[in-house]
Amino acid sequence: MRKGYLVLENGAIFEGVLVGQETFTSGEVVFNTSMVGYEQVASDPSYAGQIVVMTYPLIGNYGVNLNSMESGGLSLRGLVVRELCPDPEHHDSQMKMEEFLNRYNLVALVGVDTRAITRVLRTRGTMGGVITESITRKDELVEMARLAVQPPPGGYVLQVTCREITSQGTGPRRVVLLDFGAKRSIATSLAQRGCEVITVPADTDAQRIMEFNPDGVVLSNGPGDPRDCPYAVETIGHLVGRVPIMGICLGHQLLALALGGVTYKLAFGHRGANQPVKDLQTGRIYVTSQNHGYAVEESSLPGSEAYVSFKNMNDGTVEGLKHRYLPLMSVQFHPEASPGPQDTRYLFDEFIAVMDKESGRACG
Amino acid sequence: MPLMEGLRKVMVIGSGPIVIGQAAEFDYAGTQACRALKEENIEVVLVNSNPATIMTDAHIADRVYIEPLVPEVVASILRRERPDGIIATLGGQVGLNMAVALDRIGVLKETGIPLLGTSLEAIKRAEDREMFKMTMQDIGEPIPESTIVDNVDDALEFARRIGYPVIVRPAYTLGGTGGGTAYSDEELYDTVTRGLKMSIIKQVLIEQSVLGFKEIEFEVMRDANDNCITICSMENVDAMGIHTGDSIVVAPALTLNDEEYQMLRSAALKIISKLQIAGGCNIQFALNPFSKEYYVIEVNPRVSRSSALASKATGYPIARVTTKIAIGYNLDEIVNRITGKTSACFEPAIDYVVVKIPRWPFDKFGSGDRRLGTQMKATGEVMAIDRTFEAALLKGIRSLEQGVYGLHLPELVELDENELKHRLANADDERIFVIGEALRRGVPVDEIWELTRIDKFFLRKIRNIVAMADKIKAGEPDRELLYQAKRMGFADCELATMVGCSEKHIRALRKQWGITPTYKLVDTCAAEFEAETPYYYSCYESEDEARQTTQERKILVIGAGPIRIGQGVEFDYCSVHCVWALREAGIKAIIVNNNPETVSTDFDTSDRLYFEPLVFEDVMNIIEEEKPEGVIVQFGGQTAINLAQSLQEAGVKILGTSFDDIDRAENRDRFDELVEALAIPRPPGGSVTSIEAGLEVAARIGYPVLVRPSYVLGGRAMEIVYNENEMVEYMRGAVKVSREFPVLVDKYLQGKELEVDAVSDGQDVLIPGIMQHIERAGVHSGDSVAVYPAHQISETIKDKIIDYTVKLARALSVKGLINIQFVEYNGELYVLEVNPRSSRTVPYISKVTGIPMVKLATEIILGKTLREMGCHSGLYPSPGYYAIKVPVFSFAKLVQVDVILGPEMKSTGEVMGVDACFEKALYKGFTAAGIAIPDSGVIVATIADKDKEEAIPILRGFYDLGFKLVATSGTARALEKAGMKVQRVNKLHEGSPHIVDLIREDKVDFVVNTLTKGRGPYSDGFQIRRAAVELGIACLTSLDTTRVILEVIKDLKKGREFTPVALQEYLV
Repeated sequence: MRKGYLVLENGAIFEGVLVGQETFTSGEVVFNTSMVGYEQVASDPSYAGQIVVMTYPLIGNYGVNLNSMESGGLSLRGLVVRELCPDPEHHDSQMKMEEFLNRYNLVALVGVDTRAITRVLRTRGTMGGVITESITRKDELVEMARLAVQPPPGGYVLQVTCREITSQGTGPRRVVLLDFGAKRSIATSLAQRGCEVITVPADTDAQRIMEFNPDGVVLSNGPGDPRDCPYAVETIGHLVGRVPIMGICLGHQLLALALGGVTYKLAFGHRGANQPVKDLQTGRIYVTSQNHGYAVEESSLPGSEAYVSFKNMNDGTVEGLKHRYLPLMSVQFHPEASPGPQDTRYLFDEFIAVMDKESGRACG
Repeated sequence: MPLMEGLRKVMVIGSGPIVIGQAAEFDYAGTQACRALKEENIEVVLVNSNPATIMTDAHIADRVYIEPLVPEVVASILRRERPDGIIATLGGQVGLNMAVALDRIGVLKETGIPLLGTSLEAIKRAEDREMFKMTMQDIGEPIPESTIVDNVDDALEFARRIGYPVIVRPAYTLGGTGGGTAYSDEELYDTVTRGLKMSIIKQVLIEQSVLGFKEIEFEVMRDANDNCITICSMENVDAMGIHTGDSIVVAPALTLNDEEYQMLRSAALKIISKLQIAGGCNIQFALNPFSKEYYVIEVNPRVSRSSALASKATGYPIARVTTKIAIGYNLDEIVNRITGKTSACFEPAIDYVVVKIPRWPFDKFGSGDRRLGTQMKATGEVMAIDRTFEAALLKGIRSLEQGVYGLHLPELVELDENELKHRLANADDERIFVIGEALRRGVPVDEIWELTRIDKFFLRKIRNIVAMADKIKAGEPDRELLYQAKRMGFADCELATMVGCSEKHIRALRKQWGITPTYKLVDTCAAEFEAETPYYYSCYESEDEARQTTQERKILVIGAGPIRIGQGVEFDYCSVHCVWALREAGIKAIIVNNNPETVSTDFDTSDRLYFEPLVFEDVMNIIEEEKPEGVIVQFGGQTAINLAQSLQEAGVKILGTSFDDIDRAENRDRFDELVEALAIPRPPGGSVTSIEAGLEVAARIGYPVLVRPSYVLGGRAMEIVYNENEMVEYMRGAVKVSREFPVLVDKYLQGKELEVDAVSDGQDVLIPGIMQHIERAGVHSGDSVAVYPAHQISETIKDKIIDYTVKLARALSVKGLINIQFVEYNGELYVLEVNPRSSRTVPYISKVTGIPMVKLATEIILGKTLREMGCHSGLYPSPGYYAIKVPVFSFAKLVQVDVILGPEMKSTGEVMGVDACFEKALYKGFTAAGIAIPDSGVIVATIADKDKEEAIPILRGFYDLGFKLVATSGTARALEKAGMKVQRVNKLHEGSPHIVDLIREDKVDFVVNTLTKGRGPYSDGFQIRRAAVELGIACLTSLDTTRVILEVIKDLKKGREFTPVALQEYLV
């Protein structure tokens, strides 16, 4: 058993036990309130650069099945949990959580009062932090923690986007998925609905995208500040009006920026599987899966022809956009779920209907 | 949609008495409902027959009808009150069945009063097996293969086709009454016969078995706009096959991955949406542990026991929100009172583990069949919260108050390996301990899984506890090990036993090493938002959220723990009233309790709620955290009283009656001294430590004698012994007699039992009323029909009761409540028992006299006198009506338990009948208790020789009214000799058709059976009584009860009609 610590940039220290081969990591410390789906959380590329604190205390109960992963690896910097199950039980399990972490060289701090950390983050906002095995040089660690929130040059997206163009699924529609760190479930959700999904790197330009002659473009989720991706905003700007677009999470924020909107950083973000959003047209409320630290400023939109389609029930933030005339739809949450509620999977069907209508495929 | 227009008055239907399968959870639900309505300025009409509840308080609803929950009565209340709507989904299965019945008798149509919330059609779609099946097929949700039968032959044919085992579920019953698993034709025959009898629509479902599947529940909520959310998932630790009410349950589900969780969650939402439920709903699934195969097992279109658990587990007020939805609101229009900012339309995220453990009554029913199956047997439950499963489980175990503080049950050590494995395979109430024992002996997890089908995840967690225990036993623990053990939930006293030192020592060691608990908030959101709920649980973590620096006055009220026989919802009633009185007096009231079903554990009842075990360590920890000025123990039943000594010794101030005075009333020798000094007679007797001494005392005072061990073995406690042989048998067989554990032998005075509850400030003593028990002394007071005001009592005796009560209260310096039981025998009054605390009858007496006893008592505890509050000493004048309390039993659910009444309490709940006329009040009471009172019919009588003389005139009364008498030979001879015509029936050994066959044919209206010798499960009497109970036929074992029923029937000849009257009208 190796003791370890999480040191936050405000000087707060939390003690636990280190798991994994590494003994040091740093990143922006965020919390996630999902009660299941830890392997999907861990493999979500949107967590690039972050140390994730799981508020649910029992992590690893059902082991890990690599097929449930949302990407090819773990992009997060570290994991902080109250209890990491040493002997999981599930018919689908291929390995226990500790083996999974080791396989991807991730460090975890275990046995920690995760609720105490969450309360600090809730009050002070997300902060930088380091996981370390020694706290003898505390000042240095606090400084490292402070610097840990700095994104790499070019932003996190370029670190997690795919390098090559790939294709998945077959069907009457062709969708280009602009990969800013896409969760696999997005492509899967589209493919299951009769789409040929062509996944392209984040910095693919509009001309190249249009060469695929797509019926629609999906802007994926991804890590970090949307303003770190000016290239993508430009690309999207060229796509708007030429092809139906669906944006998810970071993709939603990038679409908003392309439409002239403004984004800002939330105090501690939305990360979990219980975020209620309201469809402003129907009044219906859906429980959604979310993972984002930035949001679209509602007041930045008037004047443009985009309007808010969904709002968060907890804090009133913008959760979705639509456009008065153009086939654009974007949501801040994750209709592909994984992990989390599947209440809004119908949005993929809606997007398909939009694509079909635009391409004249829809009948009647 | 906002509040429905034109809604000014709403009727809420309660759930009636506490029975197995329907406990205090509906008091919590109904109370929340009434308050949610009153907030909207809606006038609330409440109907519930259970007087022990908060919801039937005159200030909770505007019009409280404590009347029988039968359709005709509710219909006449509807006609009288003309409410604008009815809410039936918060009164459990009783409420739901009532809604269906009100529709059936046409009163809904006649009055045009709508059912609010979930519609009748929706209720039927969920409850009627055939409609449910079709609905599920419609939306493609799988349900186990099943068929509905109304006769045994069809059941047998189906079972032979799909193969055994099969599950039998009667339609429209609670707690799975009459259901079971059948492995053979014979078992199926029995279960179906019983099930058909129990089902109000005479249907049972025969279902493909999914034994061994995981049992997963979802609490879901829907509004009229089709917004659907899940409040909580729950997982039964026991696999399918054991009723969820009898399973250890965890929340949230712990073994599902995201895919499975979302699959079931989506299914749950699809179902609630299709059924068009408005409000809370509970959906049970069976999930194959090896695949994604699942089945929908059951949908409860109403608030349920699981809803109460889910509410307390998450902090989400399901009953309140269900009520708001029923009156028109959508989820997003309802404020989440936890955060005060967000709406009720969200799904709670929790950051702890909740464990619920059932509380079974087998400590009282030693002979009962303890095996667990689809028939629920638990009377109550405890809930525990901690950051790990292990810790929550151990907290839950010590919350049960069964003298067990860990996984170790000493008697299991003696089991040989075969017995142990047999018990693993055949679940009973001690299963968790049997698993603990097996793990201790090194039985592999895989093998235990084979035998129990409990998910290995849970078994390994339990193994962690066993492994930790082994580490501790290896030697005096160091700081790290002690810290780990405390974090895992080990109790100080359990650690002390393992280490071989005192609990005090461990506590001191802990403090020296700085190992003290921290308290965390239950906030519905895993700390994501700031919450206003003052709802805490303990754990050993780094941050303590409860810490505060307030200068305000604080008092801790100790709750009553799980509902069990002898300690029901009435003590929660008292605790809650105490908390309210403290808050009114401007004092911060802190409550500690562990019962998720109750009003006391609602987060807005007290200023601070601690959900913790009621044992010294956990309570003392809270006291050290909060530093209240004192602790109130007199309202939490025996649970709280039992803590008085250890708390006092630890320097805690016990408020109200002192511990020393409590002890003077409870300790036999000290009590004898007290009554002697006061010259108050009590039945002669003595305490003995050997068989010989017992025989000698009995001979001196004369048989019959009441014997009572101070240490109970095998559930046999108090008994009445009629002769020397029985005495020897009792002393030898059932009790451990020793110097350490004396047996009390008292003269059994077969007289009239009288009881008082009084409020005392040490000087003045206010007696709100005197109750008379219908059954003579010897039947436990909790099982007696009690009449207020006492209807057959002379002025002399009344004066003596007042005199003795005042003397005893003064002598014991009672500050608060006192309960005294007397027996009048041959014109003399004897004191039987003095309880210087709140009693079972306090809610009942408070309600019918209008005297807020608990409030007065609390004020006295705070230093006021009765005089300052404008009260006078002495007996409060009795009103112009009778209020009669009738006990309710759950015998139908407890196979092999003898229903005979005696000195050990057996009832689980009570109802009340109120009327100006004595017989009418009785009639209401019996009707409310589910005892049908026919005008004519068949009575089967088997009377013991000792009772024949007394029984003849009573039976003649029935005979003269036109009842047909059926009797076995001895009784028949006696009746014939007295000139009555009797049909003879064979005793069991005389061969079929015999008396039990006759009862089974359902051709009998009453069974009158008095106790003979030989009370074992093979005696005739036992089998007669069981047959009656299982078929829902009234079985009268006391001639006193039989006599008053005769009076009631005579009175009924004048007409059955009565006017329901609201409590508020009586109290004017």
